[in-house]
Amino acid sequence: MTAERNAAELYQEDKALEPSDSTLKAVLGATLTLMALAILWEVLVRQFQVPAWLLPSPSLIVESMVEWRSELVGHSMVTLYETLVGFALSIAISVPLAVAVVYSPLLQNTIYPILLALQSMPKVAIAPLLALWIGFGTLPKIVVVFLVCFFPIIVATATGLAAVPAPLMDLIRSLSASSLQTFVKIRFPTAMPHIFVGLKIAITFAVIGAVIGEFVGSESGLGYLILVSTSQSRTPLAFGALVLLTIMSIVLYYGIALVEHVVVPWAPRN
Amino acid sequence: MSKIHIEGLIKTYTSKHGPVTALKDVSLSIKQNEFVTLVGPSGCGKSTLLKLMGALIRPSRGTLLFDGARLLHPTRDVGIVFQEAVLLEWRTVLDNVLLPTEILGLDKVKSRGRAMDLINLVGLAGFERRFPRELSGGMQQRVSLCRALIHNPSVLLMDEPFAALDAMTREELGFELMRIWDKDKKTVIFVTHNITEAILLADRVVAMTPRPGRIARIVDIELSRPRTIDMEFTQKFKSYSDQIREVIYHGTGASRS
Repeated sequence: MTAERNAAELYQEDKALEPSDSTLKAVLGATLTLMALAILWEVLVRQFQVPAWLLPSPSLIVESMVEWRSELVGHSMVTLYETLVGFALSIAISVPLAVAVVYSPLLQNTIYPILLALQSMPKVAIAPLLALWIGFGTLPKIVVVFLVCFFPIIVATATGLAAVPAPLMDLIRSLSASSLQTFVKIRFPTAMPHIFVGLKIAITFAVIGAVIGEFVGSESGLGYLILVSTSQSRTPLAFGALVLLTIMSIVLYYGIALVEHVVVPWAPRN
Repeated sequence: MSKIHIEGLIKTYTSKHGPVTALKDVSLSIKQNEFVTLVGPSGCGKSTLLKLMGALIRPSRGTLLFDGARLLHPTRDVGIVFQEAVLLEWRTVLDNVLLPTEILGLDKVKSRGRAMDLINLVGLAGFERRFPRELSGGMQQRVSLCRALIHNPSVLLMDEPFAALDAMTREELGFELMRIWDKDKKTVIFVTHNITEAILLADRVVAMTPRPGRIARIVDIELSRPRTIDMEFTQKFKSYSDQIREVIYHGTGASRS
C-alpha cells in the first residue's frame, strides 16, 4: 500500500521535474528579439544614412566578416587560447587554495584580506604593469585572465566546501570519519555545484580579461584587431571582432554549463 | 546494567551575554531496548541531551556512561536521524544507505544485502536507484532511517525526525518506526515537541522544561504494544498527556487545557 502511494507521489514529482518546453521558448524568444533588433538597426542606419565608419549596418558587418574571415579566425584562436589557458590555470590554483583556506583558519585570516585587496584592484590598471614586467607576448594576457578568474572561483569553492549542513557533519562525526573521508565523500561533492557557479562567472570575465590584456599591447588577438581597425576607421571589422568575442563568451559559458550538467547532474537548474 | 546512564549532567555554553546553562543537573537511566522520548518546548535542552548521548558534544560536568563506560568519543554503536533527512543528493537511495558502511569499512556484499533488506522494510522497494530529489519528504526520511540502521547500532538517536513532515506522514512513520523497533529491538531515544507523539511511541516519556534545561518529570507509559491510533482517545492516554502538560507549562506562564 505504501509502495503504491509512494509511486503516486513519485509520479507527481517526476512530472514536476520534467524539462518543460520553456527552454525552447526562451531560445526562440531571444533569437527573434535579436533578429528584430538587427532589422531595426539596418533600417535606421539606411534611413538616416549613417556613415559606415561611425556605425556600420549589420549587413555590412557580416560582409566584412566574410571578407576578413581568415584574419578573424586567426585572431580568435589567439584570444581563445589566452582565455582558456588563463582560465585553466586559475582553476588549478584557486581550487586547491580554497581547500587550504577552508581547512586552515590561519590561512583564512592571512590570505583572504590579500585576495580581497587584489580583487579590488582594477585589472585594467594592472595590465600595463604586467606588460612592463613580462612583455607583450601571450603570457601577460594569460596572467590578466588568471587574475580576473581567480577570485570568483576561490570564493565559490570556499563557500561550497563550507556548505555542508550541520546535521550531516554531526552524522559523519558520529561515525568517526577521517578528514580525508569527509572531504572525498561529503565536502567536495557538496562544493561542486558552488564551484560551477564560480566557473560560469569566471569564464565570462576571462574573455574580458584577455581583451584587456590585448588592448594594453599586443600584435594579435581580437582585442588587438578591434584597436587597429578602429584606428584605421575600419569600423565594420571592429564590429565583426566584437561579434566573435560575444559568441566566444556565450559558447564558453554554455560549454561550462554543459560540463556542469554532466559532472554535477544534481545541481539546481536555473 | 543500564544502556545509558546519566548522572548530574551539566552543559553550559558561553555566549555573547555570558554563560548559558543548556542542561542543569540531568540524571536519567535508559535500559537496553527501551524506547524513550524526550519532550519539551524549544530551549529545554532535549536536543543538547541527545547530542551528548552521541558524544557529538562534551558535557561540562557530570557522568555519562554508555554500556557502563564513560563516553568520550562518538561510538559506532549509535545511529542518528535528524529533522532533515540530509541525504547526499549525488547518491542513489541505496548508496545513501550504504554511506556509514563505507566510512566504517564494513563488508561490501553483506552491507548491500542488509541495505536492500532495510529499504524493503521501510516500504521503498524498487526505489534503490532513485535520487533523493525524486523522493517526497516522507520517503527521504525513511531513507535516512535506513542509513541510521545500516551498521546495526544498538542505540538509535532521533532528533525530531518527523517534525518537518505533514501530520499524516508523521503518524504513518511513527507506526512504521515502532514496527521496525519491534522486529529489531534497539534502545531508541527520540526527541519531539509533540506530546501525543511522545506518548504514543514511548515506554517512558521524559518531560523537560527550559531555562535552564532540566528534567521535570518522567512518565512510564503502560499502554500495551503494538500501539494503535485508538489509544490516543483513552482515559489513560489523556491522563499521561495531562501529567506531561502540567509540568511543561507549569511556571512558564502559558496555560493550555
